[in-house]
Amino acid sequence: MTQMPPLVALVGNPNAGKSALFNALTGARQKIANYPGVTVERKSGRATFDDGQPVEMIDLPGAYSLDPDSLDEAVTRDVVLGNLEGHRRPDALVIVLDAGNLDNHLRFALELIAQGLPTVVALNMVDLAERDGLQLDAEKLARALGVPVIETVAVRRRGLAPLMAELERTLKTPRPSVEPVAVSFGAKNQQARDIARSVIVSETAGRQWTRRLDSVLLHPVGGVVILLALLFLMFQAVYGWSEAPIGWIESGFALLSDAITGTLPDGLFRSFLTDGVIAGVGSVIVFLPQILILFLFILLLEASGYMTRAAFVMDRVMAAVGLSGHSFIPLLSSFACAIPGIMATRTIMDQKERVATILIAPLMTCSARLPVYTVIIGAFIPSTTVGPGIGLQGLVLFGLYIAGILGAMLAASVIQRFVTQSRTSSFLIEMPRYQWPRLRDIALNLWQRAWVFLRRAGTIIFAATIILWALLSFPKAPEGSGISQVEYSVAGRIADGLEPIVRPIGFNHDIALALIPAMAAREVAVSALATVYAIDAADEDAAASSLGPKLAADWSLATALAFLAWFVFAPQCISTIAVTRRETNGWKWPIFMVTYLFALAYAAAGITYWTARSFGL
Amino acid sequence: MQLDHLPLNRAAVIRAIDWDVLPDQEGHRLRSLGFEPGVTIEAMHKGILMWRDPLAVRVGRMTVALRSNVAAAIDCELKP
Repeated sequence: MTQMPPLVALVGNPNAGKSALFNALTGARQKIANYPGVTVERKSGRATFDDGQPVEMIDLPGAYSLDPDSLDEAVTRDVVLGNLEGHRRPDALVIVLDAGNLDNHLRFALELIAQGLPTVVALNMVDLAERDGLQLDAEKLARALGVPVIETVAVRRRGLAPLMAELERTLKTPRPSVEPVAVSFGAKNQQARDIARSVIVSETAGRQWTRRLDSVLLHPVGGVVILLALLFLMFQAVYGWSEAPIGWIESGFALLSDAITGTLPDGLFRSFLTDGVIAGVGSVIVFLPQILILFLFILLLEASGYMTRAAFVMDRVMAAVGLSGHSFIPLLSSFACAIPGIMATRTIMDQKERVATILIAPLMTCSARLPVYTVIIGAFIPSTTVGPGIGLQGLVLFGLYIAGILGAMLAASVIQRFVTQSRTSSFLIEMPRYQWPRLRDIALNLWQRAWVFLRRAGTIIFAATIILWALLSFPKAPEGSGISQVEYSVAGRIADGLEPIVRPIGFNHDIALALIPAMAAREVAVSALATVYAIDAADEDAAASSLGPKLAADWSLATALAFLAWFVFAPQCISTIAVTRRETNGWKWPIFMVTYLFALAYAAAGITYWTARSFGL
Repeated sequence: MQLDHLPLNRAAVIRAIDWDVLPDQEGHRLRSLGFEPGVTIEAMHKGILMWRDPLAVRVGRMTVALRSNVAAAIDCELKP
């Protein structure tokens, strides 16, 4: 049997630069999975010692102590103590300390060292501490703590080799095992502060960038203006910057489709490739640029330290509907995708607030709705301007975002008052120092997001598209009977059953058909419609033209608007429902979520349809 | 003087914290963020528009955001 490589856990306070150090040590060789039994993300990676021996590293969630008050912190405690079933105890710890924040971080370090595992301390971000006018004596700190201390600047890859060398040495010569001693919280705190004070070599005023930036970014009026401007820029960029790359992807797929049509004989297999695979998966992959731009902004806001400031600015607004600034961060992430958004709620301390945030997260307009919105808006809303630089199409899209936000606000206040019956919310959070985001870390993270999206397109969406193509293609309508293939197919007959239910809200047979596979993921609605119209097309020319004009010819404006209103609310995403079940430990909340969102969607689509009809649209 | 009434940008020392009026979780988190009697703090920013809530407070070398109802449980004394 081969021996398992030693397991080393990186552990420390939030904002100590732990993840940056982890990225620097393991590079791109990372694996993202979950801890057994819980959905807390487990990041692991390989590093190698000088002698070539591999070592497995894990990046534990940031924690303030081994006495947890959030789910993330509980995982950290359980792993360090070896109490997490199905997960081995680390062979050694690397405690990551923020050099500029020793008075607050040392207490947790003392608590960890007392566990008796082989330990190395990474005194991280020494450059930032120096920038703030703080000089520390690492050797003195090592003597006071009784474990080796290495100065590091993870983002500049400084101190990595000495850290690995020290880790190797520590693993080979284990510390004599010490029984953990129970020391009172206050005493440990005092000890931590004494050590922190004693290792300071010199302390000058420094430049205090964070303070100066905060007086602008947290300004009672200016701060609000800046946040709104940033959000505006973010959504502007999602559309403005993505136009060109979307064009490239579209022409790429068109070339591919032409090539297949040119080389393969007409028949079932060609139809499968062009109508099924390319029309379906292609129509979704086209949105990768927009999704990446959105994630880029969110990652930048997080890495720079601005995200908690945004939460600070938004706290009172969120409090008006029974939430707090804590909920703002997951909700903002939900604009990219509700799944990371829902997972980000784990940092919310108040459990009722956390549930309420999870329940409204799907109302934030996620990137999967963009394909649906873009296609419908492109087909039905004229591209005229309603003012200087303001296009009607953009305005409608903006309106859909606002509808989602207002719906979420309304839902939150009703849920907090009547469902979770929470009387208070709380807001208590550390605001990290500002930092220049590191390109490498951002790029790595973006790549991971892109990969998740492409994998989804290649699995869920691919499978849904193929199944739908098959259901639409068989049985074959009799030649010359005048019955359309879509009507005659299995899928057409299933849609017949659904149609009476959605007819009152203005949906036609094709929409009924598209809604079924779109339960897997919203964007499938577009690929489903594309496949329906591609298969139904009487001749090759019609099949080759894009989806928009076909919809415009086939649907009334009232139907199109109702379809948009439906997708503002409808919880059509299997993954979101699944992650809600995991995060809330049961079926109660996901069932509640799906029910209230479908009810809202039905009502919104109905109201939209009949209002539009009464205006003669 | 309670922390929520402290003038901005003036160093103060925490005299006492009324743990009993704080919900358990908030007391716990407040402790882990380093709030305890004897520690030097400074109110730096107040929230937006007419609310002037939450507060951004400097504790040691760290900045912490907290709501004024929690700040009201923290009694401090301005440094001369």
